[in-house]
Formats: sequence, structure tokens, C-alpha cells
Amino acid sequence: MELSICMQGIVKSFPGVLANDHIDLQVARGEVHGLLGENGAGKTTLMNILSGMYRPDEGQIELFGKPVRFESPKDALAKGIGMVYQHFMLIPTFTVAENLTLGAEITRGGFLDRSKSESMVKELSKKYGLAIEPSAKVQYISVGAQQRVEILKVLYRGAQIIILDEPTAVLTPQETEDLYQTVNALRKAGHTIIFISHKLNEVLRFTDRVTVLRAGKVVGTRVTSETTAEELASLMVGRSVSLHVKKLPREVDAEMLKVENLKALDARRLPALRGVSFNVHAGEIVGIAGVEGNGQTQLVEALTGLIRTTGGTIRLDGEDITHFPTSERFCRGIAHIPEDRHRRGLILDFSLAENSILGYPDRISLRSGFRLDMKSIRKFCAKLMAAFDVRAPSPDVMAGGLSGGNQQKLVLAREFSRCPKLLIAAQPTRGLDVGATEFIHNSLLAERKRGAAILLLSLELSEIMDLSDRILVFYEGKIVGECLRETTNEDEIGLLMTGGRHEVLIH
Amino acid sequence: MKFSFTELIHRITDRKSWLESAGMFLGATVVGLLFGAIVIWSSNKSPIVAYTALFSGAFGSLYGFTEVLMSTTPLLLAGLSVAFAFHCGLFNIGAEGQLMLGGLAAGWAGYAIQGLPWYLHLPLALLCGVAAGALWSLIAGALKAWKGIHEVISTIMLNYIAFNIGDYMVSSNGPLKAAGIIPATPYVLNTARLLPIIPNTRFSGGIFIALVMAVLMGYVLWHTRLGYRIRAVGKSPSAAEYAGIPPRQTMLLAMAISGGLAGLAGAVQVLGLSYRFSSTFSPGYGFDAIAIALLGSLHPFGIVLASLLFGILHAGSVKMQQTAGVSNDIIYAISGIIIFFVALRGVLVNFQSRFSHKNATAKVQK
Repeated sequence: MELSICMQGIVKSFPGVLANDHIDLQVARGEVHGLLGENGAGKTTLMNILSGMYRPDEGQIELFGKPVRFESPKDALAKGIGMVYQHFMLIPTFTVAENLTLGAEITRGGFLDRSKSESMVKELSKKYGLAIEPSAKVQYISVGAQQRVEILKVLYRGAQIIILDEPTAVLTPQETEDLYQTVNALRKAGHTIIFISHKLNEVLRFTDRVTVLRAGKVVGTRVTSETTAEELASLMVGRSVSLHVKKLPREVDAEMLKVENLKALDARRLPALRGVSFNVHAGEIVGIAGVEGNGQTQLVEALTGLIRTTGGTIRLDGEDITHFPTSERFCRGIAHIPEDRHRRGLILDFSLAENSILGYPDRISLRSGFRLDMKSIRKFCAKLMAAFDVRAPSPDVMAGGLSGGNQQKLVLAREFSRCPKLLIAAQPTRGLDVGATEFIHNSLLAERKRGAAILLLSLELSEIMDLSDRILVFYEGKIVGECLRETTNEDEIGLLMTGGRHEVLIH
Repeated sequence: MKFSFTELIHRITDRKSWLESAGMFLGATVVGLLFGAIVIWSSNKSPIVAYTALFSGAFGSLYGFTEVLMSTTPLLLAGLSVAFAFHCGLFNIGAEGQLMLGGLAAGWAGYAIQGLPWYLHLPLALLCGVAAGALWSLIAGALKAWKGIHEVISTIMLNYIAFNIGDYMVSSNGPLKAAGIIPATPYVLNTARLLPIIPNTRFSGGIFIALVMAVLMGYVLWHTRLGYRIRAVGKSPSAAEYAGIPPRQTMLLAMAISGGLAGLAGAVQVLGLSYRFSSTFSPGYGFDAIAIALLGSLHPFGIVLASLLFGILHAGSVKMQQTAGVSNDIIYAISGIIIFFVALRGVLVNFQSRFSHKNATAKVQK
């Protein structure tokens, strides 16, 4: 096995944390090597060292058998290592070709040679099978295409080793499929790829071998075809994890939410919901599947009173709440786990205690009317933190300082604490690692057992499949399919998600 | 990079500790005074003599100190006004105009309403000032809430309208002008005056009203549901909306309270010092207030200290001009430098946050 990368005894510490603790990593030439670990395991630090962003405190790096030292990312790129970041670094108003050649422009007599750079890009994209239009402006191309531009950018600079940092986080399922083709093409062309992820199924699908990091240390390297999701998960978390939650059957109770012919517009004032009708019973989880941007966000906002509806009715426990303000809906028993916890679910500059009453200030302070009883709010918050294992030194620290998992647990704790009649959970595990995801799934099932009606929205089909009793598929602002969990499968839902069939299925 | 006033203000005022706030306060003050010293020295005057005169003017006598407090009073109220709006994410540059109309309304109520005992007349006149300031700021608030017009633009424009209303009211044919050549309203009745409470000084006790407001503001912002809502809207309008806090109503309310405080500043000044409204009664308290609010880190206690500092400079400069021959214009240069350094911090924090952002991402991957 010819090694393209050999990192030995890499140590990197930041004030207060040992991010990389004597890490050894060996990557063969022409392989796709997964780097798996929970948030904070040290993956990105290690890759920042490999791409020249940081210098290690200790340890050596060899490239193709030769020891190297990188002074800067530019230096690393010159030696053949290119990193594609999760957040793209492209200029939206420039064309694909302009972005690609930026910093190493193709010129003729001191002027930019547009046609030559465009034909160069065309050649490059043909060579690797990465479909791209060189003269298109980056702002008008899809996220998947932008990612291809980033990959082409490092290829153009001659990268032999390409690091992809959580590349699928921003992609739709279809774009993920395209990326899979891209990665395969690059491997065939002899490139080495490091694939950073915390998603097990992707690592299993994309990679040849995988190295698992936990708390700054390597806990194992496996040949992908010889391992299982369960093994990788337990390596990552350090204990055995059940990837699929156990769901007990439950008799459904009364109809809690009834939505009839609901219509709403999006921010551009185009129809986003085109007559949606469904219901959710107490003790039932109804999952909403769909590709992002098919009206799911507007459905949540319409149900919680954040946007106005343009038609139809919403009934909660028999009462028409279509025109109630948000605060009234909360009082009637709706709880909402928003899809964007940073923008909506929490105020990052507020303390945990202050965040623990967001949306429900009346509950704690009713006794004292005008006054906010900070002492009992702190006590309340401490109780929530204990119940949901929110790891923070005290209720007085700012929410912005917590990790994503702990932030989301606080949101959950707050929303569950009211024993809601209807719980709307939008992307409850987005960006969270395996441990936190497991916890949140179990919490949702506990709410179901208690008798809450739960509406679950997720872009992760596996999450929908695992938790839901009934699945509704959204496509272009309409429900294009309704399936019972027991009688459907991922293929059927996936087909419906892409608008494959339009009739309502009754099983 | 996208520029936003609110973001800049948060950068200037968001601090991790009291120590850091105090550091910025002292740092900006020292740099301001040093700069002033260089300017004084470069005009062949002794900075030591000038500053000695300044501080002896402010602290050398009971009269001097009461003058400091009299200068501090409108600055403190106006500073609270600006800070209150900031806490709701609103940049109220219109404090000066609200203060002008507050002074006008209080001045009018002070002479036009007659026959009331002082304990009714004085509060009523003060209240008229508050109401005028609040209503004036509500125009900007409503434009923001329903039409999305940025309050920085609308409050600046409303300032000019307010100044001209003030000018017109006491111009030679103005409806509120007193007989005589001075462009001012008639003197307010004794029943509406905040009279001197220390003999042989002009000390009206208006500072106590301002201090009560400072305490009240701290209480409202951090210990009441109203304050919670206002700060929630200020920190994250979308999270506030999610939580069922109506952003428009909350913004309107915060703007009205802010304007009311500025109006009160004008009323206290007219009823406690000049006893009549003239359109020149404010040398720009409402503008100094922006610097004071920032220098005080938007916290009532910090604003008390910052307005006291500006009060010392204003009151002491009179003696400095008399005995050291240094024009009191230097005070404006010093306060300008202080403002400059406070604002500079916003820019520095920007660099710092870019740097520490890298560290933060590293920390996340610990």
C-alpha cells in the first residue's frame, strides 16, 4: 500500500483543551478515507493542520513518503493538499471561471484571458466529470454546483489530496448522489480524498477506510466494507448506541390538530402552501418528508402564527386557532422546536435562565405580575438542565457559549416542560452528533407516550422513518402522499419526495 | 461586509465583564484628556494650569459642584433615553429633537396652565414634556414598525422639524413668544418650577429625578417582563417573534419610553434652570447623549458615570476659560476624542472577533 499521507504523533492544544492528542493517521494513495467523530472530536483541527492552517505542537507529516512542514494553506496547496470547506469561499457576483482562477488568473498581455480560462474550466470539468457552466455567475447556480466549483478550484491548483469537510451538510439528497459520483471519479483519476463527517450512513457509502476520532484521539481505523454502522457509532460515542430507536405501538387518541385546505405565501409572496389538509392525533407522530423548500417551513410558521395564512383553517383540539397570535397558540398548548435554534429557538446573548422562559414568560412570573422573578426562573432553568442533561456551569451562562447539542437540549427541555397538546418539531437533530440525536429521539418518543400529538419535520428520511407513525410527503406546497409507517419504505417515500407520483396513496 | 448600525452598537457595548467596561471608560477618558492637553499645549498654554482650573471649577466649591450636577442632569436623562432604545435594537438619534419639544411642552404648560397648586402643576408640566417627547419619537417608531423606514434616517429628519417648530413658536410672530425682544416663551409660574434647593446656587434637584429614572430603567430592563421583551426584541427579533412577543408593539413602546425620557430631559432643563423655553436652551444634549450611552455601555450605572464626566467637563470649562484663557471649545474636542475612541473599539472588536472566531472554531473541535 503506497501511502499518500502519513501523520504521526500529532499534538495540538488550545488554551484549556487538547484538541489532538498524539494522532496517527495513514491514508493510502487513491483511497477515500473517512474521518468520523462527534462534534468536538478533533476532526477539523487535524485537517486544519494537514491543510496548513495550524501548525502542530508536536508530530510529523509525510506526504508520499517525504517529510513536510507547512507554513500556510497556500504552502500546503502548493504541495498538493486542498481543502474544501463546509462554508464555501466564493464570490457570488463572479462567474464560475473567474472564481476558479482567482489568485492564479490566466492572462494575456496583462489582461484577463476570459475565453482561455473558460475553456480551461470546461476541460477540467470534462476530465473529472464535474458538470459545470464556466460562464454562469456563482450566485445563480445551485449549492451542489457551488461545491463542484470549490472542488475544481483545488484541482486547478494541482491538489492531489482533497479534504472534504462535512461536504453533504448543505446538500439535498439528489446533490449528495452527484457528489458520490464526483468522489468516485476523483478516486479513479488517482486522487486521495479525506471525507470528514459525523453521518454514519454516508461514511459507509462513500469511503474505503475510515478512522474514528473521539476526544482528540484515534479510537480505531476500519476497512469500511468490514464494519457496520453500529460498530462505528459505538467507537464514536464510546458506548453502545442504538441507532434505531425502539418504538412501542400505541393506540391513537382523539384528533388534536386538524388542518384543512391551508394556504400561505412565502417571503417572495409566491404560493408556498397550496391547500394542505391533514390531522394529527394525540399519541401519534406524524412525519413530514420532503426535499427542502417545498413548503415545510411555511407550514410550521403558519401553524405557529408566524406568518399569515391566505386560506383554510387550523383547529387545535376542536378550537379554530387560524387567526390567533403566536402567544395565544402557545397558551392553548402548542410547543415549537424551531428548525433554526440560533435564529429563533434561543437568544444567544441571553443567559440560559432567560432563555428557559422564552415564549412563556407568563408561566413563571404570573405570580408577581409585572416583575420577572429571576430567582425562581434560575431554579426552573436548573431543573430543566438537570432533567435534560444540559451541560453548562450554571443557568447564568450565555446560551451562545453552549455546544449545539446542549443548546438543542435546552430548547427541548423548555418546550416539553409545558406538557404540550401539540408539539411541532422541525429538524430537531440538525447538525447534532449521534449521542445527542439518540437522546432527542428518545425524548420525542417519551412525549408520544405521554399523549402529545407530534408533528415531525425532517430532511433526514431515516429520522422520519424511525420515529413516525404516519408519513406525509410534501412536494411543491402540497401533500402528495400519505403512508403508514408499517406499510411503506424509503424508496416509496423518496420517489414521492421528488414528485414521482401525485395521487394520494391509501394503504 | 454588511454594515449595520445596530451591529456596530452591539460590538461597542457588548462586553464580557464589568472590568472591561470600566477599562474602556477610563481608557477613552484618559486618551481624551491627553489629546486635549496636547492641543492646549500646542497653543502655547499650560495644560496643567488649564486642567487644574477645570477641576477646581468643578469641585473647588459647592457652587461649582452643583453646577456640575446641573449639567449632568439633562445629559443623564438623554443618555438613558438613547440607551433604552438601543436595548430594543433601535438607534434613536432623535433625542435632541424629542428633548426640544419636551422642553417646549413643559415650558408652555408651565405658564399657560394656571391656578394649580405646585404639587399638581409641576408634575403636570413635567408630564407634558414626557408626552411631547414620547409622541415625537412614536412617529419614527411607527414609520419603522409599519413601513420599515430606518429610525436613524427618520429621527435625524424629525430633529430638524422639531428644531424648526421650536424656532417658530418663539420667533417674532410665534404663537408662544413672550412680549419683548428675547425669542422665548413667558416665564413659567412658580408653581411649575423646580426651584433651587440649596441657597445661593441654581441647584434644582433635577438630578434626583434623573437618578430615579436610572434606577427605574435598570429595574425595568432586567427585572420585569416588559424589559425582558424589549431586550429580546433588541437581541433577536426573529427569536422574539418565535416566542410570541409582538416585535412592532414592543418597538413602539420602547421608542415611546426613549422619547419620553428625552422629553423629560428637556422639561427638567426648562422648569429647573431657564424657567422659560427658548429654542437655544440645549447645546446638543441629545447628541452628547449618544456618546454617553455608548461610553456607559448602555448600562444605567455606566451612563450615570459617563454623564457625570461630561457634566464635569461642561461645568468646569467655564472656569478654565476665565482663569486659564483656554477656550471652552476644547471641551468639545475632548468629548469628540472620547466618542472617537469608544467607536474605535467597535472596529477593534471586529478584528478581534475575526481572530477569535478562528480560535472558537478550533475550540469547538477540542
